Amino acid sequence: MMNYSSRPPEEPAVHAQDLTVVRGSRTVLRGLGFTVPRGRITGLLGPSGCGKSTLMRAVVGTQAKVTGTLDVLGRPAGHPSLRTRIGYVTQAPSVYDDLTVRQNLDYFAAILDPGRAAADRRHDNVTRATADVDLTGHADALAGTLSGGQRSRVSLAVALLGAPELLILDEPTVGLDPVLRRDLWQLFHDLAAERGATLLVSSHVMDEAERCHQLLLMRAGEVLADGTPEALRTRTGADTVETAFLRLVDEAAAAARTKESTR
Amino acid sequence: MTATSALSLPRTTATAARVLRQLRHDPRTIALMILVPCVMLFLLRYVFDGSARTFDTIGASLLGIFPLITMFLVTSIATLRERTSGTLERLLAMPLGKGDLIAGYALAFGAVAVVQSALATGLAVWFLDLDVVGSPWLLLLVALLDALLGTALGLFVSAFAASEFQAVQFMPAVIFPQLLLCGLFTPRDAMHPVLEAVSDVLPMSYAVDGMNEVLHHADLTAAFLRDITIVAAVALLVLTLGAATLKRRSA
Repeated sequence: MMNYSSRPPEEPAVHAQDLTVVRGSRTVLRGLGFTVPRGRITGLLGPSGCGKSTLMRAVVGTQAKVTGTLDVLGRPAGHPSLRTRIGYVTQAPSVYDDLTVRQNLDYFAAILDPGRAAADRRHDNVTRATADVDLTGHADALAGTLSGGQRSRVSLAVALLGAPELLILDEPTVGLDPVLRRDLWQLFHDLAAERGATLLVSSHVMDEAERCHQLLLMRAGEVLADGTPEALRTRTGADTVETAFLRLVDEAAAAARTKESTR
Repeated sequence: MTATSALSLPRTTATAARVLRQLRHDPRTIALMILVPCVMLFLLRYVFDGSARTFDTIGASLLGIFPLITMFLVTSIATLRERTSGTLERLLAMPLGKGDLIAGYALAFGAVAVVQSALATGLAVWFLDLDVVGSPWLLLLVALLDALLGTALGLFVSAFAASEFQAVQFMPAVIFPQLLLCGLFTPRDAMHPVLEAVSDVLPMSYAVDGMNEVLHHADLTAAFLRDITIVAAVALLVLTLGAATLKRRSA
């Protein structure tokens, strides 16, 4: 587990093949195949309800009824040894509203790195994570009294605590003002460049796509296309990822119609 | 694969400390938990001003029932909030054992129950002249086990509640029948045989029986030992069932 960094960097952080997820009677993800490269920011884009959150939960290992192959950091998704190596931020901030920012972080840090011997390390981690999300001035404020954007940053700080190798961030910039959004994207790039972390970031705002190294475009439980933003623009002859996405959707719909009429 | 790892003491105590810290930010809840039983006992003492014997029986029974009800309510709401706020999913995606979480809650609320029961018992015995033949320490022990049982039941039913509205409705559903049948209003052997049989399988009956044993006997009776063993065993059983309702993977 510790000598993991000595593995060749070519091995992807996430590798999925024929990944299918059923929720109730609905198939939410159907036969997905994709990879998430290490040390880069991969954007997971698509309209609301296309299965982004389900895919992320499957990678984290909290989603039930997952079939197919899904390897995360060289282990099957949900493997107990992955629990300290993945940081996960849900769409709605999951922190204790009746604790201060610092108390929230102290508790989650104690779960990740328990014991009296680790107290100093925990303190450093908490201080760094608070600074990372720019909440040092609010460390002693109750999470419940913070604004929506501040609470989601507390949630992000929890995910940064253990210096995880893989960060799964579900719409982390939703509802944030442009300055904060820019700062967070700067932080994501720093995490990838300086700490070698792999990030999988979902969004339904297409202009964020341009900030990613790699993209996975999703629609209705399927991966429509993947590649760098540049490659996607070139392939579709579009000048923005948004136009590229719309063209791909139209192509897919046209292909489905042709298939239908030739049947 | 999801086998619960052995209990981790630092993670359990961190969880208990976190639950107590949450409570500390909510002084009104603490005040209600600590004061309401005392006020009720005080009230009861003067409701039965003319018949001290009745106060002895009902008072002793209530010393066992209060911690059960309080801890049931507090735990069911607290764990429901943990489930709906997403913090439970986050914790279970971390290296936290289900046993750590449950033991953490039991430890934290157990500590509150000790304070609550100590005050209520002290008030009843020394200020309201509750006539106890046995040791007040035994009353405290039963109260503590009752609190544990309440915590266990609350944790378990929170899995079946989708909202706070439903969670509070489990109180009348789970607690009231036990309250009616536990022997508080009529001795259990004076009930209809069917109801007596039902009361024989409800844990609160043994909590109240245990209290009454302490009330009437100076020494540790076999019946008392049987009663507290049953309460403790049911509490552990329900805690285990509660652990099974915590799923690392959910739809």
